[in-house]
Amino acid sequence: MDRIPILKMGNFLLVTIQVDMYDRLALNLENDLVTMIRRVEAKGVLIDISAVSIVDSFMGRILGNIASMSKILDAETVVVGMQPAVAITLVELGLPLTGVHTALDVEKGMILLKNKLNLIEEDDDEDKDPDDSTE
Amino acid sequence: MIALNREIIEIAKELDVVFFRQRLKEHAVKIGMSVLNQTKLITASSELVRNMLKYAGGGQICIEVINEKMQIGIKVTFEDKGPGIPDIHKAMQDGFSTGKSLGLGLPGAKRLVNEFDIKSEIGKGTIVTIVRWKNGL
Repeated sequence: MDRIPILKMGNFLLVTIQVDMYDRLALNLENDLVTMIRRVEAKGVLIDISAVSIVDSFMGRILGNIASMSKILDAETVVVGMQPAVAITLVELGLPLTGVHTALDVEKGMILLKNKLNLIEEDDDEDKDPDDSTE
Repeated sequence: MIALNREIIEIAKELDVVFFRQRLKEHAVKIGMSVLNQTKLITASSELVRNMLKYAGGGQICIEVINEKMQIGIKVTFEDKGPGIPDIHKAMQDGFSTGKSLGLGLPGAKRLVNEFDIKSEIGKGTIVTIVRWKNGL
């Protein structure tokens, strides 16, 4: 129960959080993901939080950390499936998760990740994320 | 104010937090609280229970279903015997933290509930009380 499974699919790592999060579990996930990105040279990380009903400041910070850490390791992170009530609560709490790419569901998240990789492969200029699907 | 239902939960370790959040959710669902209000109440509680564990090593939480002026709501009282907060005014400011966190816990929790009260005495402990009304905005 102290670990959340990480699946490897091609260049991507997939995580689906299906349990109630607590701090140690979130910290383990951060650690495991960053280690695995390095080990399998992943280019993208997709985290599905559609089954998560509570994201508090700690969990939000971990999501932000994972995005920043994977960025440094040359991988993009997309958080998908956030419930509307969680989004409202996070912003009111004061944690708008700026810097974390989001998509409405796993499918859209995969498209976003693939597009990001293609953009980087096609032209070497760092793109300034015009296609953040946060609308 | 009439308390309709009351439950006391002891917090001593991290997994107690998961149990507490589940119980709180059950109480909120039982009175028919909307998903958004449930989420706000549980998130605020999650912040407060973390503070309790981190700074006081645990404490006691009382969940009450209350009825006041035709309104039904949930009141949660967090009581610890920790070191107390030296400057509550400062602790209530966004971004202030004596730990390594983001400093959103107390002010963030306050924004998510309808009523928020904090009392702290150095060397004695801290009591935080929050209320979220079933139909409150």
